[in-house]
Amino acid sequence: MADLMELNYAVSNEDFTRAGEASSDVKKKLKQLGVSPEAIRKVAIALYEGEINMIIHAYGGKIKVTISEDAITLILADKGPGIADVEKAMQAGYSTAPDKVRSLGFGAGMGLPNMKKNSDSMDIQTELGVGTTVTMVINL
Amino acid sequence: MTVFELSKLEQFTSLSLSKDSDITGVFCCDLLSIAMGKAPSGSAWVTVMANVNTLAVASLTDVACIILAEGVSFDNTLIEKAKEEGIAVLKTDLPIFDAALLINNLL
Repeated sequence: MADLMELNYAVSNEDFTRAGEASSDVKKKLKQLGVSPEAIRKVAIALYEGEINMIIHAYGGKIKVTISEDAITLILADKGPGIADVEKAMQAGYSTAPDKVRSLGFGAGMGLPNMKKNSDSMDIQTELGVGTTVTMVINL
Repeated sequence: MTVFELSKLEQFTSLSLSKDSDITGVFCCDLLSIAMGKAPSGSAWVTVMANVNTLAVASLTDVACIILAEGVSFDNTLIEKAKEEGIAVLKTDLPIFDAALLINNLL
Protein backbone atom coordinates (compact mmCIF):
# COMPACT_ATOMS: atom_id res chain seq x y z
CA MET A 1 0.00 0.00 0.00
CA ALA A 2 1.38 3.40 -0.95
CA ASP A 3 2.40 5.67 1.89
CA LEU A 4 0.33 8.82 2.09
CA MET A 5 2.59 10.78 4.38
CA GLU A 6 5.84 10.53 6.30
CA LEU A 7 6.60 12.69 9.31
CA ASN A 8 9.93 13.00 11.13
CA TYR A 9 10.64 14.46 14.56
CA ALA A 10 13.66 14.84 16.81
CA VAL A 11 13.15 14.34 20.55
CA SER A 12 15.55 16.37 22.65
CA ASN A 13 17.32 15.13 25.73
CA GLU A 14 15.89 15.77 29.23
CA ASP A 15 13.45 18.38 27.96
CA PHE A 16 10.16 17.57 29.64
CA THR A 17 8.64 20.89 28.65
CA ARG A 18 8.73 19.80 25.02
CA ALA A 19 7.48 16.26 25.61
CA GLY A 20 4.36 15.67 23.57
CA GLU A 21 5.22 18.02 20.72
CA ALA A 22 5.53 15.20 18.21
CA SER A 23 2.38 13.48 19.49
CA SER A 24 0.36 16.72 19.35
CA ASP A 25 1.53 17.45 15.83
CA VAL A 26 0.78 13.92 14.61
CA LYS A 27 -2.62 14.11 16.28
CA LYS A 28 -3.46 17.34 14.42
CA LYS A 29 -2.36 15.90 11.07
CA LEU A 30 -4.36 12.70 11.57
CA LYS A 31 -7.43 14.78 12.42
CA GLN A 32 -6.98 16.70 9.17
CA LEU A 33 -6.72 13.41 7.29
CA GLY A 34 -10.03 12.29 8.80
CA VAL A 35 -8.61 9.33 10.75
CA SER A 36 -11.05 7.89 13.33
CA PRO A 37 -10.87 9.37 16.87
CA GLU A 38 -10.14 5.91 18.35
CA ALA A 39 -7.13 5.39 16.10
CA ILE A 40 -5.91 8.94 16.77
CA ARG A 41 -6.12 8.37 20.53
CA LYS A 42 -4.14 5.14 20.25
CA VAL A 43 -1.43 6.78 18.14
CA ALA A 44 -1.25 9.81 20.43
CA ILE A 45 -0.90 7.72 23.61
CA ALA A 46 1.62 5.27 22.12
CA LEU A 47 3.73 8.06 20.70
CA TYR A 48 3.61 10.26 23.80
CA GLU A 49 4.70 7.38 26.04
CA GLY A 50 7.50 6.72 23.57
CA GLU A 51 8.59 10.36 23.64
CA ILE A 52 8.64 10.34 27.44
CA ASN A 53 10.67 7.12 27.45
CA MET A 54 13.24 8.62 25.10
CA ILE A 55 13.54 11.72 27.28
CA ILE A 56 13.82 9.77 30.56
CA HIS A 57 16.09 6.95 29.46
CA ALA A 58 17.74 7.58 26.14
CA TYR A 59 19.02 11.17 25.85
CA GLY A 60 16.43 11.86 23.15
CA GLY A 61 16.04 10.22 19.78
CA LYS A 62 14.23 10.23 16.47
CA ILE A 63 10.65 9.49 15.53
CA LYS A 64 9.39 8.50 12.11
CA VAL A 65 5.66 8.29 11.48
CA THR A 66 4.43 6.70 8.27
CA ILE A 67 0.78 6.98 7.37
CA SER A 68 -0.64 4.66 4.74
CA GLU A 69 -4.22 3.88 3.81
CA ASP A 70 -4.51 0.92 6.13
CA ALA A 71 -2.06 1.57 8.98
CA ILE A 72 0.05 4.07 10.88
CA THR A 73 3.59 2.97 11.67
CA LEU A 74 5.58 4.64 14.45
CA ILE A 75 9.33 4.05 14.58
CA LEU A 76 11.14 5.44 17.63
CA ALA A 77 14.90 5.09 17.46
CA ASP A 78 17.41 6.18 20.09
CA LYS A 79 21.08 5.78 20.85
CA GLY A 80 20.44 5.35 24.56
CA PRO A 81 21.71 2.68 26.97
CA GLY A 82 19.42 -0.08 25.67
CA ILE A 83 16.97 -2.15 27.73
CA ALA A 84 18.65 -4.81 29.89
CA ASP A 85 15.56 -6.98 30.36
CA VAL A 86 12.78 -6.35 27.86
CA GLU A 87 10.44 -8.87 29.47
CA LYS A 88 10.70 -7.07 32.82
CA ALA A 89 10.37 -3.66 31.18
CA MET A 90 7.10 -4.82 29.62
CA GLN A 91 5.60 -5.60 33.06
CA ALA A 92 3.20 -2.93 34.29
CA GLY A 93 4.70 -1.26 37.36
CA TYR A 94 8.34 -2.19 36.67
CA SER A 95 10.35 1.03 36.45
CA THR A 96 13.94 2.19 36.43
CA ALA A 97 13.03 5.89 36.22
CA PRO A 98 14.75 8.29 38.64
CA ASP A 99 12.82 10.06 41.44
CA LYS A 100 13.01 13.38 39.58
CA VAL A 101 10.86 11.86 36.86
CA ARG A 102 8.38 10.43 39.36
CA SER A 103 7.82 13.87 40.87
CA LEU A 104 6.63 14.97 37.41
CA GLY A 105 3.98 12.25 37.36
CA PHE A 106 5.81 9.69 35.25
CA GLY A 107 7.99 6.68 36.00
CA ALA A 108 5.16 4.43 37.15
CA GLY A 109 6.29 1.61 34.89
CA MET A 110 3.34 2.06 32.55
CA GLY A 111 5.12 3.36 29.46
CA LEU A 112 5.88 0.22 27.46
CA PRO A 113 2.69 -1.57 28.62
CA ASN A 114 0.63 1.46 27.50
CA MET A 115 2.44 1.47 24.16
CA LYS A 116 1.72 -2.22 23.63
CA LYS A 117 -1.90 -1.84 24.70
CA ASN A 118 -2.48 0.95 22.22
CA SER A 119 -0.81 -0.61 19.20
CA ASP A 120 -1.83 -3.60 17.09
CA SER A 121 1.76 -4.80 16.94
CA MET A 122 4.91 -3.72 18.72
CA ASP A 123 8.51 -4.78 18.17
CA ILE A 124 11.51 -3.82 20.32
CA GLN A 125 15.07 -4.12 19.02
CA THR A 126 17.56 -3.21 21.71
CA GLU A 127 21.26 -3.61 22.40
CA LEU A 128 23.00 -2.54 25.60
CA GLY A 129 25.18 0.49 25.03
CA VAL A 130 23.96 0.91 21.45
CA GLY A 131 20.31 1.92 21.59
CA THR A 132 16.72 0.88 21.16
CA THR A 133 14.30 0.96 18.25
CA VAL A 134 10.61 0.46 18.96
CA THR A 135 8.27 -0.08 16.02
CA MET A 136 4.53 0.13 16.57
CA VAL A 137 1.76 -0.37 14.04
CA ILE A 138 -1.77 0.89 14.52
CA ASN A 139 -4.17 -0.53 11.95
CA LEU A 140 -6.78 1.73 10.40
CA MET B 1 -23.36 19.80 32.50
CA THR B 2 -20.88 21.84 30.51
CA VAL B 3 -17.48 23.22 31.51
CA PHE B 4 -18.82 26.80 31.41
CA GLU B 5 -21.69 25.86 33.75
CA LEU B 6 -19.25 24.21 36.16
CA SER B 7 -17.00 27.27 36.13
CA LYS B 8 -19.88 29.39 37.44
CA LEU B 9 -20.06 27.44 40.72
CA GLU B 10 -18.52 29.29 43.66
CA GLN B 11 -16.18 26.36 44.43
CA PHE B 12 -14.37 26.74 41.10
CA THR B 13 -12.17 29.43 39.55
CA SER B 14 -11.45 29.34 35.85
CA LEU B 15 -7.87 29.69 34.62
CA SER B 16 -8.54 28.94 30.96
CA LEU B 17 -11.94 28.74 29.27
CA SER B 18 -11.49 28.96 25.54
CA LYS B 19 -14.11 26.46 24.49
CA ASP B 20 -17.18 24.98 26.13
CA SER B 21 -17.93 21.27 26.03
CA ASP B 22 -20.12 18.70 27.74
CA ILE B 23 -18.70 16.92 30.77
CA THR B 24 -19.55 13.25 30.37
CA GLY B 25 -17.80 11.81 33.43
CA VAL B 26 -15.19 12.40 36.13
CA PHE B 27 -11.69 10.93 36.26
CA CYS B 28 -9.20 11.23 39.16
CA CYS B 29 -5.50 10.46 38.91
CA ASP B 30 -2.19 12.18 39.54
CA LEU B 31 0.07 9.73 37.78
CA LEU B 32 0.25 11.01 34.24
CA SER B 33 1.26 7.59 32.89
CA ILE B 34 -2.04 6.17 34.13
CA ALA B 35 -4.13 9.22 33.21
CA MET B 36 -2.68 8.99 29.71
CA GLY B 37 -3.98 5.48 29.24
CA LYS B 38 -7.24 5.72 31.17
CA ALA B 39 -8.73 9.25 31.21
CA PRO B 40 -11.96 9.03 29.17
CA SER B 41 -12.39 11.68 26.51
CA GLY B 42 -15.02 14.20 27.60
CA SER B 43 -14.34 13.70 31.30
CA ALA B 44 -13.46 16.28 33.93
CA TRP B 45 -9.97 15.22 35.04
CA VAL B 46 -9.31 16.05 38.68
CA THR B 47 -5.64 16.16 39.71
CA VAL B 48 -3.05 17.97 41.81
CA MET B 49 -0.34 17.42 39.20
CA ALA B 50 0.21 20.84 37.69
CA ASN B 51 2.99 20.90 35.15
CA VAL B 52 3.33 21.26 31.40
CA ASN B 53 2.88 17.52 30.91
CA THR B 54 -0.58 17.75 32.54
CA LEU B 55 -1.57 19.91 29.57
CA ALA B 56 -0.06 17.46 27.08
CA VAL B 57 -1.97 14.54 28.61
CA ALA B 58 -5.23 16.56 28.65
CA SER B 59 -4.76 17.46 25.02
CA LEU B 60 -3.93 13.94 23.88
CA THR B 61 -6.79 12.29 25.80
CA ASP B 62 -9.38 14.95 24.82
CA VAL B 63 -10.72 15.42 28.34
CA ALA B 64 -13.37 18.15 28.68
CA CYS B 65 -11.34 20.03 31.28
CA ILE B 66 -8.61 19.82 33.89
CA ILE B 67 -9.70 20.46 37.50
CA LEU B 68 -6.75 21.40 39.73
CA ALA B 69 -7.71 20.45 43.30
CA GLU B 70 -6.37 21.26 46.79
CA GLY B 71 -5.68 24.89 45.85
CA VAL B 72 -3.01 23.86 43.33
CA SER B 73 -2.61 26.22 40.39
CA PHE B 74 -0.78 26.73 37.10
CA ASP B 75 1.75 29.54 36.73
CA ASN B 76 1.08 32.24 34.10
CA THR B 77 3.16 30.50 31.43
CA LEU B 78 1.07 27.34 31.75
CA ILE B 79 -2.19 29.29 31.81
CA GLU B 80 -1.17 31.01 28.55
CA LYS B 81 -0.24 27.66 27.04
CA ALA B 82 -3.60 26.16 28.07
CA LYS B 83 -5.40 29.08 26.41
CA GLU B 84 -3.30 28.72 23.25
CA GLU B 85 -4.10 25.04 23.01
CA GLY B 86 -7.77 25.50 23.86
CA ILE B 87 -7.66 23.38 27.02
CA ALA B 88 -10.17 24.34 29.72
CA VAL B 89 -8.65 24.53 33.22
CA LEU B 90 -10.48 25.20 36.48
CA LYS B 91 -9.11 25.20 39.99
CA THR B 92 -10.65 24.58 43.38
CA ASP B 93 -9.62 24.52 47.04
CA LEU B 94 -11.57 21.27 47.51
CA PRO B 95 -9.72 17.97 47.93
CA ILE B 96 -9.74 15.67 44.91
CA PHE B 97 -12.49 13.39 46.23
CA ASP B 98 -14.83 16.22 47.21
CA ALA B 99 -14.33 18.02 43.90
CA ALA B 100 -14.99 14.82 41.92
CA LEU B 101 -18.04 13.96 44.02
CA LEU B 102 -19.48 17.44 43.59
CA ILE B 103 -19.05 17.32 39.81
CA ASN B 104 -20.37 13.77 39.59
CA ASN B 105 -23.53 14.73 41.49
CA LEU B 106 -24.18 17.52 39.01
CA LEU B 107 -23.83 15.39 35.86
